Amino acid sequence: LDEHLCLVEYFRAQIREDPDVASAVAAIRSLLEFLKRDQSETILGLRENMTKAIHRLEETDSSVAVSSGGELFLRFISLTSLEHPDLSQCKNVMIERGELFLKKISLSRGKVGKLCHTFIKDGAKILTHSSSRVVLKVLENAAADNKRFTVYVTESQPDSAGKHMAQKLGKLNIPVMVVLDAAVGYIMEKVDLVIVGAEGVVESGGVINKIGTYQMAVCSKAHNKPFYVVSESFKFVRLYPLNQQDVPDRFKYKADILKTVKDLNQEHPMIDYTPPSLITLLFTDLGVLTPSAVSDELIKLYL
Amino acid sequence: KKQHKKNKKDDRGPPEKEKEKEKASVLAPSKPATQSPAHKGTASKYVPLRSDYGYKVSLFSHLHQYSRKNPPTQQISIPATVIHPSIVRLGLQYSQGIIAGSNARSVALLHAFKQVIQDYSTPPNEELSRDLVNKLSPYISFLSQCRPLSASMGNAIKYIKKEISNIPSQCKEEEAKRRLQECIDSYINEKIILASEAISKYAIEKISDGDVILVYGCSSLVNHILCEAFEKQRKFRVIVVDSRPRLEGREALRRLVKKGIRCTYVLISALSYILPEVSKVFLGAHALLANGYVMSRVGTSQIALVAKAYNVPVLVCCETYKFCERVQTDSFESNELDDPDDLIVTRNGKTHLENWQTVKSLGLLNLVYDVTPPDFVDLVITDLGMIPCTSVPVVLRVKNVDQ
Repeated sequence: LDEHLCLVEYFRAQIREDPDVASAVAAIRSLLEFLKRDQSETILGLRENMTKAIHRLEETDSSVAVSSGGELFLRFISLTSLEHPDLSQCKNVMIERGELFLKKISLSRGKVGKLCHTFIKDGAKILTHSSSRVVLKVLENAAADNKRFTVYVTESQPDSAGKHMAQKLGKLNIPVMVVLDAAVGYIMEKVDLVIVGAEGVVESGGVINKIGTYQMAVCSKAHNKPFYVVSESFKFVRLYPLNQQDVPDRFKYKADILKTVKDLNQEHPMIDYTPPSLITLLFTDLGVLTPSAVSDELIKLYL
Repeated sequence: KKQHKKNKKDDRGPPEKEKEKEKASVLAPSKPATQSPAHKGTASKYVPLRSDYGYKVSLFSHLHQYSRKNPPTQQISIPATVIHPSIVRLGLQYSQGIIAGSNARSVALLHAFKQVIQDYSTPPNEELSRDLVNKLSPYISFLSQCRPLSASMGNAIKYIKKEISNIPSQCKEEEAKRRLQECIDSYINEKIILASEAISKYAIEKISDGDVILVYGCSSLVNHILCEAFEKQRKFRVIVVDSRPRLEGREALRRLVKKGIRCTYVLISALSYILPEVSKVFLGAHALLANGYVMSRVGTSQIALVAKAYNVPVLVCCETYKFCERVQTDSFESNELDDPDDLIVTRNGKTHLENWQTVKSLGLLNLVYDVTPPDFVDLVITDLGMIPCTSVPVVLRVKNVDQ
């Protein structure tokens, strides 16, 4: 359908123009544009179109954040009393709320950064995994606070995202060292704390993140090092995986691979699930939460 | 005789003399012994207390232990004006174990209350909303004498009492009765029947093809989920774990095999042998406590512990009406002691424990419930959705806000 193609184009353009923006934020901006251009006659039709648009975006970018962000957006805009007799008035109310939601979540990364950087003490050695913009913000804030610390980043194959992270940290004049994914156990005794980002935070309080995070969590538990996760609240998703197998395939593999490859057993998954028992604290724009409090927040967000 | 009766709990006389005493007490109305202060007040005037049976292990001496051979109605005569006959029948069904299982007991209780409300007539100069609640108190204390109330029954009673006291005084009696009947029907429908549909829907998402599911005992909810999943063409097999003396797993086995589900049957002693084959454990619950502990049939915490050791996910299925505000961290504080004679078994013509009461150093303990800490439970499936075990207080708070 034409509108969907426009939507996907808009989404891709957003990511191209501003590579620093979270994919969920770009998705929500595109959905807002879609809402403004939508031509349906009824509110039910509007909601259906929005749901289809979200599915279309999920197919383009198979990250958990797009799925959760989209659902939260839809709930937020339709949570008001849409009792105006005129459809265009209702739409205006929805668009207003959509803009409000967008503004709130654009600020969330800053809030997380402000909360977390106080947990980094002077002289700390930090281990992080792959490339996360939220972790970068946290470390930026800590550096701006004149704290001295060293960062170890894992290489994070198969896309070597860790090297990009190291480059960005280098530009901030933070001493950084890239380690092999296999060297996490080796390096764990040297570090003081582990900070990782998240692609999605699930109902149990666990996180879904780049493959290798679970390993890092298990190692840090064995060495009794605190394992912190930083994430914005729009990444909270209504999934409840029991183990690695239970994570749906549409999140594990990239969208194009899902469409082309027949036997998924031959493919490497891009994400893994870290259970809440291995996580010390989660830093979100809703505050500093223990893993068991995540369900509390989710119930508040969704009920 | 009265003096003997008072010391009966602590004194372990020879069994013959005890049986004589109990027969004698049929002739004389029994007086309340030194039991819990909750029985003071008007209720105790009508409902005599049931006496304990046999030696109680010291750790559980604060709980009652009744014998199935002495039903509550044998010792005392209960006039129909005091206790409604359907309640007497219900009490006997509870005490003899004819109605067992949390949901079954609650539903039976609610149906009995419907009958009571049907036959009720407001005395002159009394208000229905206050008088009916007062009438229910002796019934409830009679039922708890027959068998201690479950958490689900407690919540159902609270709901009924609230509904009764909310009846406006202008309401005519027929109208009020009709309203109460409707309330009870909708409670049963929403909280039990529809809740189990919702829970099945969520639970079926967690059952994938090729799964080996372990269940313990006979939970009506878990059986319902497995039957639904089988109808939805999921390919799985079930391992039913059972334990003495109730051997409830046989009933679960019968129901599942009738549906056509492939089942294996083991006793709980073979648990660590069978667990490496298992992919998921589904457990039912009697109640979910406010600190996240799961109260369920004795043996459940053992299963959860061993499953944790083998890294097998443990899922507890429980309707929200079984959530209670109580907090308990161990299985001693509040539990139920079943008839100790159930543990006596005859093998090869020999019954070794037949005269257990004569052996002074021997006690038989037949526990009914135990508590499982939340660290062993991975997921709780309720009609509100899938929540971690630690979120039970949140659900309670949300429910209180609703009410």
